[in-house]
Amino acid sequence: MSVLTRRDFGKLGGAAALAVSLPLGAQAAGPKVLRCVMHSGLRITDPIITTAYIARNHGYMIYDTLFAVDEKLQVQPQMVDHWEMSADKLTYSFTLRPGLKFHDGAPVTSADCIASIQRWGKRDGMGQKLMDFTAALTAVDDKSFKLVLKEPYGLVLASLGKPSSNVPFIMPARIAATPADQNVPEEIGSGPFRFVKAEFQPGSKVVYEKNPDYVPRNEPASSLAGGKVVKLDRVEWINITDYQTAVNALANNEIDYIEQPPHDLLPILKSTDKVVVKDYNPLGFVGMCRMNWLLKPFDNVKIRQAVLHAINQQDWADAQIGNPDYSTVTGAMFIAKTPFATEAGFPPKPDPALAKQLLKDGGYDGTPVVIMQPTDLAIVTSLGPVTAQALRNIGMNVDLQSMDWQALVGRRAKQTPVSEGGWNMFHTTWAAADVLNPVANLGVNGRGKTGGWFGWAEDAEIEKQRDAFARETDPAKQKQIAEDVQKRAYEIVTYIPTGQYTMPYAYRDSVSGILAGPAPVFWNLDKKIA
Amino acid sequence: MSRFLLQRLLSTVPVMAIVATIVFLLLRFSAGDPAAILAGDAATPATIAAIRARLGLDQPMAVQLVRWFWQLLHGDLGTSIISNQGVAHLIADRMAPTLALSATTILFAIVVAVPLGVVAAWKHGTIIDRAVMTLSVVGFSMPVFVLGYLWILGFAIRLRWLPVQGFSPLSDGIGPFLAHLVLPTLTLSVIYIALIARITRASVLEVLGEDYIRTARAKGVPERAVLMRHALGNAAVPIVSVIGIGVALLIGGVVVTESVFNLPGLGRLTVDAVLARDYPVIQGIILVFSGVYVLVNLAVDLAYVLLDPRIRY
Repeated sequence: MSVLTRRDFGKLGGAAALAVSLPLGAQAAGPKVLRCVMHSGLRITDPIITTAYIARNHGYMIYDTLFAVDEKLQVQPQMVDHWEMSADKLTYSFTLRPGLKFHDGAPVTSADCIASIQRWGKRDGMGQKLMDFTAALTAVDDKSFKLVLKEPYGLVLASLGKPSSNVPFIMPARIAATPADQNVPEEIGSGPFRFVKAEFQPGSKVVYEKNPDYVPRNEPASSLAGGKVVKLDRVEWINITDYQTAVNALANNEIDYIEQPPHDLLPILKSTDKVVVKDYNPLGFVGMCRMNWLLKPFDNVKIRQAVLHAINQQDWADAQIGNPDYSTVTGAMFIAKTPFATEAGFPPKPDPALAKQLLKDGGYDGTPVVIMQPTDLAIVTSLGPVTAQALRNIGMNVDLQSMDWQALVGRRAKQTPVSEGGWNMFHTTWAAADVLNPVANLGVNGRGKTGGWFGWAEDAEIEKQRDAFARETDPAKQKQIAEDVQKRAYEIVTYIPTGQYTMPYAYRDSVSGILAGPAPVFWNLDKKIA
Repeated sequence: MSRFLLQRLLSTVPVMAIVATIVFLLLRFSAGDPAAILAGDAATPATIAAIRARLGLDQPMAVQLVRWFWQLLHGDLGTSIISNQGVAHLIADRMAPTLALSATTILFAIVVAVPLGVVAAWKHGTIIDRAVMTLSVVGFSMPVFVLGYLWILGFAIRLRWLPVQGFSPLSDGIGPFLAHLVLPTLTLSVIYIALIARITRASVLEVLGEDYIRTARAKGVPERAVLMRHALGNAAVPIVSVIGIGVALLIGGVVVTESVFNLPGLGRLTVDAVLARDYPVIQGIILVFSGVYVLVNLAVDLAYVLLDPRIRY
């Protein structure tokens, strides 16, 4: 009879440890696989029915766009080979590049583009505006189509090249025929990667493989534009909900890339061997403090103005980010250092005395202000308490109500009084690319209860200005109108920007070719395999 | 016996119906609106209302409940509101990591805790007994996530023996499968080791004071046989009860452990579904969990018959 001795047991343990340690981070020569932790798990695969950024990112993997912005935010043709505008600025003609093919093998045709634009135009704010100005969208032949306007519209290319949610991605017409409030039944695009449906675990894992049929443009890649040359065989998005685990996994070479590591973990990442921390999204993100115009006390402009003068944007930045390297104090509603950036209308510094006076002038009667505070969304969590303290400092009653983000999302849609589930204030954040002009920025929408954004600001003058901006085709005049819109927005306080911030990527030093831009993309990326 | 089995199986139907109804009502009364979540940031009230109507969420609650029961009677758990995938498919897809983790945890806990408990009882009042009891108090007191991070720091980051996170299916080989389960199992099993060891100790200690144990010893039965056959055998009923409760409690522990070690199991699916207010998925998972509870309880009851011939059904 053989007996297992203590020494044998030790050997067995060592062998077992060796056996189980083999798969760690090791990637033998073979397919190039990039394992990434994105900011969220992908659950909805239709980037048109949702504004979720993870769905937008997924869209950039499998779909292509007619136009796209480059590093300088200039709109460049992408699927479009060439285009022209008629002398009267009413007709745009587009011709597609040769060789465009969907993942099911079907060629991309004008009919696909038209159906996709029409579906996007039912959901997206800029898309709706474009459709309002559109008289006809017709195919000339399989590769060419025309967009005919009712009157000149200055944002045609900016709309078709919109970089962030909702992006006008092109789908096969049969899929784009899906009602605009229902998820598409198939994930088929003509983009540089293909969706691997068999390995999709909603909220947990998404797998993409290189689309061998994709024909990139000849120009070098630049942000979302240029040649989308894929150098990886496979990209896996693994949703690790616990960021400490994600950071450990990156350090252990089990993953290659984290899209948005939290700011408080950046010092650890920076000191980790073979890990690089770098910002590739210089536009970054922007926060928003939004008041409900339908209910007391913020149905009163004086009281909204009081809030504007009570707050200190630096306090928000300190609480939210806590690192000046990644935050910017700015009143630019259309994003600092971009074409429509201006500080017009933004109070240069907080003025509590003026705020108190405005409260008095507005007849504030002590009505409690219900601030909805999401506790599960770290980047937003800290904004509510800062605002609450600023409001208390000027003598307002505040009821800071904690909830999870989805409870907030459900509640913010309610136009009822607070006693029936309504609310007074919430904070949120946007990708800066979503608010680059007065039409795209929902915070300056003044359409009120029926067509406005949550909070339902209503102002005929600002709507007139936004329409004028949309009609204007001269960039210099557009800039002036954008400034007017911003001044008006601050005057009536449609919202208060809480400041801009950036979130760097963290990745293994074996990864190269990351493109700067408003959305993370995976073409041009390469991975050195040891 | 077979009549008892049939009765118990039949009794699961009303139990699960009650659970299903309570869960359904709790979800409808809780804050959040899946239609608003689906509609996204740019939604207008009209868009949200249209989505609510398409999902049937604008119908009276009774209508929604009856519709769901009708689906269940046809063996259909429904479709996820968010991902548009079948709930049964989603659950089946996430079952393997949770089953693997639960099985290894319970097995490991039993293998470690029962001998510890027996030895502690046998060496009652000695330093061994105190050490086991102290360790069990520590095991009870240590939060799962703290232990998880400590194991990761030690075995994954420092020693690089084991992976930090993830799950490798058995089809990819036994090595990676076990490698990905070692740390989660160590983490999750500690509290069950503590629980089972304490109960085993108390139960064996009580039996060791019985007359028949003294008689067995007086007859010269070897101490190992006294302990394992006479003492442990007769102390087994409460231990099995605790193991049964442990299996049920595992569900809660699995949620945290799956998050710390990024295991794509039912715990993660549950949290995701709750956060997204994905009603059909939450309802489906809870039905499955309640079914598991009922079956585990049934298995425990049947185990009593095997362990104690005095028990008859």
